[in-house]
Amino acid sequence: MKRFSFFNASALTLGFAFLYLPIVLLIIFSFNESRLVTVWGGFSTKWYSAVFANKGFMDAAWVTVRVGVVSATLATILGTMAALVLVRAGRFPGKTLFSGMVYAPLVMPEVITGLSLLLLFVSLDFDRGFWTIILAHVTFSMCYSAVVVSSRLVTFDMSLEEAAMDLGASRMATFFQVTVPIILPAIVSAWLLSFTLSLDDLVIASFTSGPGATTLPMKIYSQVRLGVTPEINALSTILVVLVSTGVIAASLLTKRREVQRRREERAAFAES
Amino acid sequence: MSNLTNLTEVTDLLTAGEPETPQRPKRRSRMVLPKNFGRCALILVPYVWLLVLFLIPFIIVVKISLSDTAIAMPPYTPTFDWAGGWASFKEMVGGWDFENFTWLMEDDLYWKSYLSSLEIAFVSSLLALLIGYPIAYSMARAPAEWRPTLLMLIILPFWTSFLIRVYAWIGILKKEGLLNMLLMHLGIIDDPLTILNTDLAVYIGIVYSYLPFMVLPLYSSLEKMDDSLLEAATDLGCSPFKAFWLITVPLSLPGVIAGCFLVFIPAVGEFVIPDLLGGSNTLMIGKTLWVEFFANRDWPVASAVAVILLILLVVPIVLFQRQQEKQQEKGA
Repeated sequence: MKRFSFFNASALTLGFAFLYLPIVLLIIFSFNESRLVTVWGGFSTKWYSAVFANKGFMDAAWVTVRVGVVSATLATILGTMAALVLVRAGRFPGKTLFSGMVYAPLVMPEVITGLSLLLLFVSLDFDRGFWTIILAHVTFSMCYSAVVVSSRLVTFDMSLEEAAMDLGASRMATFFQVTVPIILPAIVSAWLLSFTLSLDDLVIASFTSGPGATTLPMKIYSQVRLGVTPEINALSTILVVLVSTGVIAASLLTKRREVQRRREERAAFAES
Repeated sequence: MSNLTNLTEVTDLLTAGEPETPQRPKRRSRMVLPKNFGRCALILVPYVWLLVLFLIPFIIVVKISLSDTAIAMPPYTPTFDWAGGWASFKEMVGGWDFENFTWLMEDDLYWKSYLSSLEIAFVSSLLALLIGYPIAYSMARAPAEWRPTLLMLIILPFWTSFLIRVYAWIGILKKEGLLNMLLMHLGIIDDPLTILNTDLAVYIGIVYSYLPFMVLPLYSSLEKMDDSLLEAATDLGCSPFKAFWLITVPLSLPGVIAGCFLVFIPAVGEFVIPDLLGGSNTLMIGKTLWVEFFANRDWPVASAVAVILLILLVVPIVLFQRQQEKQQEKGA
């Protein structure tokens, strides 16, 4: 059995210390009694009550969650469609442009995406706010969703669909009863990725939002510019813990599903 | 299909946790979509969406970069009036000029921020490579049952908020922050160091935030490596260090290139990190654009800044695409 060498163990320890220490310190100091963030004044959870009592934070959190859920859902649907177009639709006029438009947003600086969308909304005379943030988030998240779903579609075993259709299933029935269940883990990942991207976004939301629609990152940013406060530490801790738990749970669930699916496939194969 | 195999691989790692490489069916997916209304609708919906919300906005940015600043809403002139029809369009085109671009050339604030963005992004990519390589290497050499956990630990920070991770460094780096307290407590320094609001803090922030993007492609190229090559080299009398330099490094080169591009490209246009960690003399183009837009409310100049940033980024993006294509051809 292979074991860690001294070099490997120390590289990993140092590397992960660098990645995790800042977050761990942030979490520790969110339980600090003192308002001075770097002086330990004893254990306290008062900053957490302060966060929940802060109406500004709570309103922003509610806006963020609604934007996240709506935009992630739309982005997953559009992204799955785009993935099907990329992998399955064959050739059609303008396909190069299409795949370019799917991949470009992944590397586009946020300031440019934000600025260009804002200028679009201004020229169309849209009222900026909740819905313009959603339109903006859907646009960049659907590209991530398309990449995630298309990488699953590429490895898809086509004989399963062929079998379903040979047995008399219609195209629609085949798609919803065979294709979707198999690519479901990728669709779930795409939704989660889109939701977190929306939850995290500061730059694009700042450009595309208007009065009355402040998302949590925008709220945090305006507070952070004034300095480090224990409330922000507490709020950050809540967000980090929620997102990490979600990601770990989702990854364990998809892994279990995957193992189960493989076992079932093998069993079905053995039976036949 | 995609030329960005490596980017796909990275997103794969980010979302699935583990690469699903075995039994990739070599057979090309056969067309099963109906060649009728359904297929057209499937293509048209995402196509139109991206045209309207991705491509047309860029054309508008270019258009406004050619316009003049005006004290009005929207704050630029000339504007296009649908009711005016063709005459209005001609008038708008007639009003275009390259004044904003000449302005960008003449004022050295702008080209200095372009140069310093490129420099900061370049140096940060190298630093991320130096820090990321030992991590990725050690992950690939780790016992197989440990690898999924290690991979999860690299991916997890990517999912947690960027803003919060940058914010966490403020408390560490500031004058009365944790790092200075620790160093002074240990007696290494007598007076607190000024790190926050300097370029050094920006480097730390970029390397810290983009490290997963460096480690993942490196890991996926190192993990595929055949161990027997190293064994053969050692058997033939090669020292471990020489074997690493002559075998491991060249074989991981695609990962190195992909990782550097994945750090460099987004770092050039970065806004949050230079704004929160950098000082007033940290010039980065993302920040300049933001200030031009939100503080000076000069939309035409902000658009011109965006157009030039895009032109600068086209070169590395095309180089990246080329490299990915080459990789794909080699793999096929």
